[in-house]
Amino acid sequence: MSSSVSSSASALLTRDAVASRLKSRYRAENRFRFACASALVVGGLFLAVLFTSIISQGYTAFTQHFVGLEVYFDPDVIDPAGNRDREVLASANYNAIVRDSMKRQFPDVTGRTETRKLTGLVSNSAPYELQSLVETNPAIIGTTETVWVPASDDIDMLLKGKISRGGAEETRRVSDNEIAWIDTLEKSGLVDRRFNKRFFTAGDSREPELAGIWGAVVGSAYTMLVCLALSFPLGIAAAIYLEEFAPKNRLTDLIEVNINNLAAVPSIVYGLLGLAVFLNFFTMPRSAPLVGGIVLSLMTLPRIIIPARAAMQSIPPSIEEAAYGLGASPMQVMFHHILPLSLPGILTGTIIGMAQALGETAPLLMIGMVAFIVDVPASIFDPATVLPVQVYLWADSTELAFVEKNSAAIMVLLAFLIVMNLAAVIIRRKTERKW
Amino acid sequence: MNTWLLIVTLLVLSTIGYQMGRRRALSLVDHPKQLNSLPGYYGSWILMWGLLPAILVLGLWTASESAIIDKLVVADLPTEVRQLAPERQNLFLNDAKNLASGNIVSSEVDATLESAADHITSLKRTSATARTLLALLLCIGGVALGYFLISDRLRAMHRVEATAKVILGIGSTIAIFTTVGIVLSLLFEAIRFFRMVPVTEFLFGLEWSPQTALRADQVGSSGSFGAVPLFTGTMLISAIAMVVAVPIGLLSAIYMSEYASPRLRTVAKPMLEILAGIPTVVYGFFAALTVAPVIRSWGQGLGLDVASESALAAGGVMGIMIIPFVSSISDDVISAVPQGLREASIGLGATQSETIRRVIFPAALPGIVGGILLAVSRAIGETMIVVMAAGLAANLTANPLQAVTTVTTQIVTLLIGDQEFDSAKTLAAFALGLVLFLVTLVLNVIALHVVRKYREQYE
Repeated sequence: MSSSVSSSASALLTRDAVASRLKSRYRAENRFRFACASALVVGGLFLAVLFTSIISQGYTAFTQHFVGLEVYFDPDVIDPAGNRDREVLASANYNAIVRDSMKRQFPDVTGRTETRKLTGLVSNSAPYELQSLVETNPAIIGTTETVWVPASDDIDMLLKGKISRGGAEETRRVSDNEIAWIDTLEKSGLVDRRFNKRFFTAGDSREPELAGIWGAVVGSAYTMLVCLALSFPLGIAAAIYLEEFAPKNRLTDLIEVNINNLAAVPSIVYGLLGLAVFLNFFTMPRSAPLVGGIVLSLMTLPRIIIPARAAMQSIPPSIEEAAYGLGASPMQVMFHHILPLSLPGILTGTIIGMAQALGETAPLLMIGMVAFIVDVPASIFDPATVLPVQVYLWADSTELAFVEKNSAAIMVLLAFLIVMNLAAVIIRRKTERKW
Repeated sequence: MNTWLLIVTLLVLSTIGYQMGRRRALSLVDHPKQLNSLPGYYGSWILMWGLLPAILVLGLWTASESAIIDKLVVADLPTEVRQLAPERQNLFLNDAKNLASGNIVSSEVDATLESAADHITSLKRTSATARTLLALLLCIGGVALGYFLISDRLRAMHRVEATAKVILGIGSTIAIFTTVGIVLSLLFEAIRFFRMVPVTEFLFGLEWSPQTALRADQVGSSGSFGAVPLFTGTMLISAIAMVVAVPIGLLSAIYMSEYASPRLRTVAKPMLEILAGIPTVVYGFFAALTVAPVIRSWGQGLGLDVASESALAAGGVMGIMIIPFVSSISDDVISAVPQGLREASIGLGATQSETIRRVIFPAALPGIVGGILLAVSRAIGETMIVVMAAGLAANLTANPLQAVTTVTTQIVTLLIGDQEFDSAKTLAAFALGLVLFLVTLVLNVIALHVVRKYREQYE
């Protein structure tokens, strides 16, 4: 009797104790939940900051300022003899023509330094553009035309508001005079902001206003082509063999362990391999997309094999057994049934692997794809660079305008990656099937 | 003949062979059922004979061509050139090659060089002709042989499938060759480095300044190869990265697997995957251009002296990069904890957070530790962020506000630009690469072992 009273009393005590602790336990619950949620929010915030910083710095690079020059194609400067000889036309002093047309706009500018600054408003590609105009149409000589040439990078930055007009003149990259000149030009309608076509069609350049990403895009395309041509068939072959035909022995165990470890080897080690084996031992050409593609394919192989095997494993054994039951040979079972059914999974894995290879930089630095290359590569044996390496190269440059260009290049790179990943997601969604 | 054209020709010839094989097999019997295999297999039988030997020989020929031509040219050089030191002889050979292909030559063009270049040109032409002829001959011969061997009793399917199996098997051994290639190339160059610099000095030396003097009287470029500052720098930056990545990654994984509604999950998971898909060079650009100046100005606001290439900036951004890595592995591991454990805990009156902290987390701990180890190995091997945002000066410090350098940064700086494979400076990169490879390998093996062991526990 007494024991039951005491036990009910202790139960009462326990219940009180529990009730009194309940509030703090719920508070702890809320705190924990809040901490977890804020971790997720912080992750999202990082992503947002990264994208905003790159897009806000880079979107202006898709347009560019052009200056209209009232050019008098002076026959005395271009072709004094008047016989339109190609060599004479090619070697004429077009710098002087650019200078003269600028001076006609601002007749009161005198002195060498000031004149040089005045001509410096436009890109130093202007003389070459005049030259190509004359060479394609010699009849232009002796006439006056308005020719639109790119503004120099500092002026472009000034007009885009990335170089401030305030502050002491010495600390600015642009002098008061230059600002006055360009404002005058702007008022007379001789400054125009246009789509930056050159950015998508030109190769690299030391001058930011002339630099483009096309060379790097083509280099990336060649490299990816080589990488895909090697890693896709080899990866599928390896996956098929290991999944269906490999005997269970030491050798196949070794291969499996190897593939798993290779997937986690730092990418720069593949670069060292490429340098020591392909460049030094096999004396393949430096900086070539061929070698870059081979190195990246070695890196991508495990990333194709692992998802390909997972895709094959997800095919129900009943399909395989039914095919065998109807008298199919092992190869027929594989190539007529398992492979087609697992192909969507294999393709998804391949696309994601290729996307990773497209963004890879470090191994390509080792095999010399960092050289400054102006020309767009014409084959997989030509020296080339790739998009991420171009980003790395421009990031090293001190010119303010290259920051803008580089952010734009990153946007292009990310656009490619997003398209590839979206393709993978769509393939997965469209072909997903529950067995 | 151009290589691509040659390959296309071989393919066309073999495809014709395929058709011939089918017809031949069908012509041998009255009804296809009398054949041992399906008619297509007889076609593949010829395709195999036509293509495999030709491609094999073509590959071997192309791989060994330049080495053999070099040997032949050297053997034919006048004695005064052959008696030169090996480097000089190589230089001569390079010049001759450049002359032959019409590139710029570094020395004066004299009669010896001219004749060597002519020799190279003629050998190349001979080699190209011989290669084309041999490949075509092998292809046609193979097709003919295959055609001749076809009979109604030929077990074409069996033979073709056995060959296909061998080819698939060879494809799977590439993984082994890659590993062997990595190990051998790193080991070979690292051993050459350790002949110049003792292993103990490399592993335990406290000073790193790899610039070797060009002239003996130069100042301050003694070339010391003590890698300890690089190891500590790598550890410092990786530690900062983990301090950022582990709490954020782990907590967001817990939120996604335990609290989030399915709809939030479908948004949040891809969001973290996007972080994982961004190329590291972009993170490097972001770290160097956006994060480092911000940290520096904050530090100055607080009266701290922050280096412009502080370890904090590089490590912090690397942490952001690793968040999705930690969260996806943790998510997998937490989801793998049996539902019964959760329900039992809730049934006893525990709140959700108590269940997570006292039941699920301990149960998932080995898997999470394995995942974190994998993330550490990833941080150690990460290159572009540190190349762009961390410094080059090898400071031996644990202060995250100072600039430190890492193993991967040094590998890149040592190998970009001129490489001389007889100087300790270039070879040091391979020694660093060997250390990097071994450390990440050990971490991965341990991590995979831990993860696998944990999975078995609940299966």
